Amino acid sequence: MFYRKKETAKVYSQTEIAPGIFDCLIETPAAKAARPGQFIGVYPKDASHLLARPISICDADKENSRLRIVYRVAGAGTGEFATYTAEDSVSILANLGNGFPVEEAEGKTVVIMGGGIGIPPMLGVSKAIKGDKHIFLGYRDCNNFLADEFLPHGNVYIATEDGSVGCKGNVMNALAATTIKPDMILACGPMPMLRAIKKYAEEQGITAYISLEERMACGVGACLGCVCKTTHKDEHSHVNNTRICTEGPVFDAREVEI
Amino acid sequence: MNTQVTIAGVTFKNPVMTASGTFGSGMEYSQFVDLNRLGAVVTKGVANVPWPGNPTPRVAETYGGMLNAIGLQNPGVEVFKERDLPFLAKFDTKVIVNVCGKTVEDYLDCVERLGDTNADMLEINVSCPNVKEGAIAFGQKADCLYDITSKIKNVAKQPIIMKLSPNVTDITEMAKAAEAGGADAVSLINTLTGMKIDVHRRTFALANKTGGLSGPAIKPVAVRMVYQVANAVKIPVIGMGGIATAEDALEFLMAGASAVSVGAMNFVNPYSTVEIVEGIEAYMRKYGVEDIQELIGCVK
Ligand SMILES: Cc1cc2nc3c(=O)[nH]c(=O)nc-3n(C[C@H](O)[C@H](O)[C@H](O)COP(=O)(O)OP(=O)(O)OC[C@H]3O[C@@H](n4cnc5c(N)ncnc54)[C@H](O)[C@@H]3O)c2cc1C
Ligand SMILES: Cc1cc2nc3c(=O)[nH]c(=O)nc-3n(C[C@H](O)[C@H](O)[C@H](O)COP(=O)(O)O)c2cc1C
Ligand code: FES
Repeated sequence: MFYRKKETAKVYSQTEIAPGIFDCLIETPAAKAARPGQFIGVYPKDASHLLARPISICDADKENSRLRIVYRVAGAGTGEFATYTAEDSVSILANLGNGFPVEEAEGKTVVIMGGGIGIPPMLGVSKAIKGDKHIFLGYRDCNNFLADEFLPHGNVYIATEDGSVGCKGNVMNALAATTIKPDMILACGPMPMLRAIKKYAEEQGITAYISLEERMACGVGACLGCVCKTTHKDEHSHVNNTRICTEGPVFDAREVEI
Repeated sequence: MNTQVTIAGVTFKNPVMTASGTFGSGMEYSQFVDLNRLGAVVTKGVANVPWPGNPTPRVAETYGGMLNAIGLQNPGVEVFKERDLPFLAKFDTKVIVNVCGKTVEDYLDCVERLGDTNADMLEINVSCPNVKEGAIAFGQKADCLYDITSKIKNVAKQPIIMKLSPNVTDITEMAKAAEAGGADAVSLINTLTGMKIDVHRRTFALANKTGGLSGPAIKPVAVRMVYQVANAVKIPVIGMGGIATAEDALEFLMAGASAVSVGAMNFVNPYSTVEIVEGIEAYMRKYGVEDIQELIGCVK
């Protein structure tokens, strides 16, 4: 189902689940059409900040029409969003991007990886994929936000940079410490993590879908601000510059040069 | 009530257009607005051959505006003719194709290849601040602008609009050069060259270091330049720069623009073009304006 609108929605609830990390439920019909891995644009009300902030859809409650986003306060925009409470209005552009091909993962040995603020979208993904799943979550320290919520959806492995919980290191270190042989990896996280996953998938000859980030202006494919280099000529640009907001943010790792 | 305007023999149902590069070829924003309601769709700059554009980051937000250094990425005029122009032909709106190039020959080649298409007018971008070679020089030196305008006019099948750069000492000189070279109209302003530094990463916010500033922050500069140019040349002026609302658009019309383009604000409010069309109509009803012509250049 395709849904795309700019609208004034209502905040259903918002809580700070870890220092500087906010969990927000937004009431919008967009929830009914949302796919795991898609994102929304959230507009600051302070008109001196013009552009929508891209934030991944963490989860969608289709029954109650609520989109869930989990974000880190990074600057002025997210700083403003963090002040919102229930019943406040929030200006959003939804839904954006392609999402993860969760259907393709069915029946495979799937490894789901999330690093830092790339973890939230992987919750919706974990819920949507049926079958055998191994979920690797990478954190800086012992603030393991959302980790509990992944437990019902697969075997959860935690990695922390400071070694305070689980494996010391990153999600790739945690995977190496197991005997798991994935058929497919689905991931979102910082660029070094995504590069490591791309390399691993290429070595193992498996498919990895990774969710990319880039500065965006329009979010809908019109401005060509958010491009990523591709290995093959794509339908839209013809110059190996695919639009992350439209053809992505999720790409087959083989298709992109990162 | 008449909202029609005519520029170089082409009649637009209303004076509201899209600004090149902010609206693709209309496909993306047709999900939000009915393109049939617009005076014209002005397409993203296209060259005779595909251009890959600049590295990322290509965009950065600034106070009340944004910087961009897309670098005129485009798929080349042949793909554009096969894919984008047929899409636009389905709508009852005028099509203005924005053309870019690095050399005079590039421009002429592209303009010639657009001769047999449904483009109603061509807008020649000689003012992009984000491409290293050529282009910008044509827009910053009056004799170069005169020269390229007359050469393009010689081969163009459609009326031509020369798009002017605000990054000059006296924009009226440039407008006069375009007029002398045979331009059918001028459009302004393109973006103002700017820079943003990311103090946390201690580097430039844009990979290109500099970029073009657009959005509400530039509007007063744009209105001033439109006013100056409208009073310096006889050919029609298309005004743009930070237009967000119908009142903004009316400022440009009253300053002397025959039509206006909405750029960066499409990103902020994807419905803004049609809201501006409706807002202008509401203004005309409110003040009993029979013909939009009464407003164009009414502030002397
Ligand atoms: C597809 C996608 C999904 C994302 N999902 C999430 C998420 O689920 N949770 C989360 O916390 N963050 C997410 N981000 C990052 C988030 O967009 C930025 O943290 C946010 O835009 C910062 O805005 P700000 O005003 O607080 O910061 P400022 O630094 O003040 O922002 C200035 C400008 O830069 C842009 N910007 C800054 N950082 C980034 C960034 N990392 N990526 C893209 N644009 C940026 C802003 O949008 C704004 O236009 C995602 C980014 C993308 C591209
Ligand atoms: C992302 C972006 C891309 C642009 N691309 C082009 C282009 O290809 N050709 C062109 O002539 N102008 C281009 N422009 C300039 C706009 O058409 C317009 O002149 C300028 O942005 C001022 O209007 P605004 O403040 O309403 O955006 C671009 C502007 C932006 C923001
Ligand atoms: S943000 Fe404009 S094309 Fe992706």
